[in-house]
Amino acid sequence: MIAPVAIPALAAPLALLVMRRRRWLGVSISVAASLMLLGTALLLLDASRDGSVRTYALGDWPAPFGIVLVLDRLSALMLVLAAALSLIALCHAVATGTDRAGWHFHPLFQFQLLGLNGAFLTGDLFNLFVFFEVLLIASYGLMLHGQGRARLKAGVQYVVVNIIGSSLFLIALGLLYALTGTLNMADMGLRVAALGPDDQGLLRVAALLLVSVFALKAALVPLHLWLPRTYAVSTPAVAALFALMTKVGVYSMIRVVPQIFGDGAGAAAWAPAPYLLPAAIVTALIGFAGVFVARSLSEQAAFAVVGSTGTLMIAVAAWQVDSLGAALYYLVHSTLTGAALFLVADVVARRRGSFRDRTSPGPAFAQQPLVGLIFMGAAIAATGLPPLSGFIGKLLVLQAIAGTPDWGWQWAVILATTLAGVIGFARAGSAIFWKESAGTAGAMAAAPERTDLVAPMLALAALAALAAAAAPVTAFTGAAAAQLLDPATTARAVLGDR
Amino acid sequence: MTLEFLMASAIGILVAGGIYLSLRARTFQVVLGLTLFSYAVNLFLFASGRLIVGRPPIWSRSVSDYADPLPQALVLTAIVITFGMTAFVVVLSLRSFLETGSDQVDGDNTANHSDVAP
Repeated sequence: MIAPVAIPALAAPLALLVMRRRRWLGVSISVAASLMLLGTALLLLDASRDGSVRTYALGDWPAPFGIVLVLDRLSALMLVLAAALSLIALCHAVATGTDRAGWHFHPLFQFQLLGLNGAFLTGDLFNLFVFFEVLLIASYGLMLHGQGRARLKAGVQYVVVNIIGSSLFLIALGLLYALTGTLNMADMGLRVAALGPDDQGLLRVAALLLVSVFALKAALVPLHLWLPRTYAVSTPAVAALFALMTKVGVYSMIRVVPQIFGDGAGAAAWAPAPYLLPAAIVTALIGFAGVFVARSLSEQAAFAVVGSTGTLMIAVAAWQVDSLGAALYYLVHSTLTGAALFLVADVVARRRGSFRDRTSPGPAFAQQPLVGLIFMGAAIAATGLPPLSGFIGKLLVLQAIAGTPDWGWQWAVILATTLAGVIGFARAGSAIFWKESAGTAGAMAAAPERTDLVAPMLALAALAALAAAAAPVTAFTGAAAAQLLDPATTARAVLGDR
Repeated sequence: MTLEFLMASAIGILVAGGIYLSLRARTFQVVLGLTLFSYAVNLFLFASGRLIVGRPPIWSRSVSDYADPLPQALVLTAIVITFGMTAFVVVLSLRSFLETGSDQVDGDNTANHSDVAP
């Protein structure tokens, strides 16, 4: 169970050591590590299918005192998603040679995976903070990979915003520790229930602070302003991996809120819930409005990530078993879609010379019909049209929230944003692929080969597989949601019978 | 003046200064602000184990009352991480200044920012 954390932790320094002399060896270490990660993640997924909660006590310290890793259905699902996405992103980076644009791409990439996997597995709140920092530090390096003015400018803002976020995380941690005297999430959930009435105010403050930090990571309105600029200027393979980073925020929220601030938490029970739904609705609106007006494909992809997080959070904010199950399905789908969009944007940009991925007509370019088809596939997935998994995801979300109060608003927002997305993507696609303008494309880069089409096709294939396997996947996500909303069982598994 | 009052006001003043500086337009001031803010956070974390004077954090046969050792470990981790982050953000803003020729956080070096010059 420690393997998803240990593999990248070993691969990163190894790759770092050999990269200087033998590039290909470093690359193959990185790829092999990602393949091994996918294998382990699939094994763990299979192990978690029976609904048992497995724990791994680091250093063999017993649960509330030492740090434990906890594997349940949700963490196994996220591990598989991270491993699959990392393979796609890595494939694109190697195929397009962006990993050669600067030093240390592969070690940083592996450290990023270490942070992600750790955050998905840990059962300790402070450990979650540490893994957040690991993935953030790696993401700073990856985001600046390739350098350049725009990246440095956006990089400073990204780093400053995240440092402030981390500080707030620490404050929330300090409050929770002062109140409960424990950092283990399961134990904290039990102790929160036993708090006296005097401490309820502080508990609410801690809950809201913690959730706003996660909302910052997930780029929920009004904390979304850092995302479009950062993602649009990042190296595309990196941006594809970053599509998962916003989902880490969402993951942390659905992990922490039911576990610690669930039904037993007295006055602080579900304290963040009433704020999440309006934020989610506005996020969806702003995201798809951005898709509608974006001036380049990468910007459009970044706003699509924001918008899909909004749709996702609308489903999460109901905190019901079926809506959470639908949300988890949509989470997997939207992560892969975000990655596919960034990759297609790069494929287009590499073929259009000085026109880059701007949504304006340019001269014809190599493999135009095929690239156009791939873009259409990604756009279909992003807006949620059949036959890809976006349709099923949105349908499940709509179905699940139909019973909640105010469902009319939520339906209206989701359907309206879908329409805005369809028009936005259709506009961008027809400008780039159908219209041609006279004029030269400026200095074309070296004639692009077909190899860079592999990664976006892989992403689309994953989406198609997700749609084809919808029945078992939704059964699994539904069970994962049920497990999440039953923190008492998890607590028993983590802490033993006490 | 009690220890609690000192501690609370120190945290409060550091946070106020940190937030004020973080909202400034130039990277140097922002970095200073982040540093102040992280000092405040470290003090706060330290205080989350309650303020206990003159007690050992480690078990010993002769003592019956302890200071909580865990927040001290947490603060240590937080200090190390913040130190690394500060070093990184200093180098990054220097690099950004050298490359773009502007030390504004939003990268604009226009005349209407001149009022923030020291």
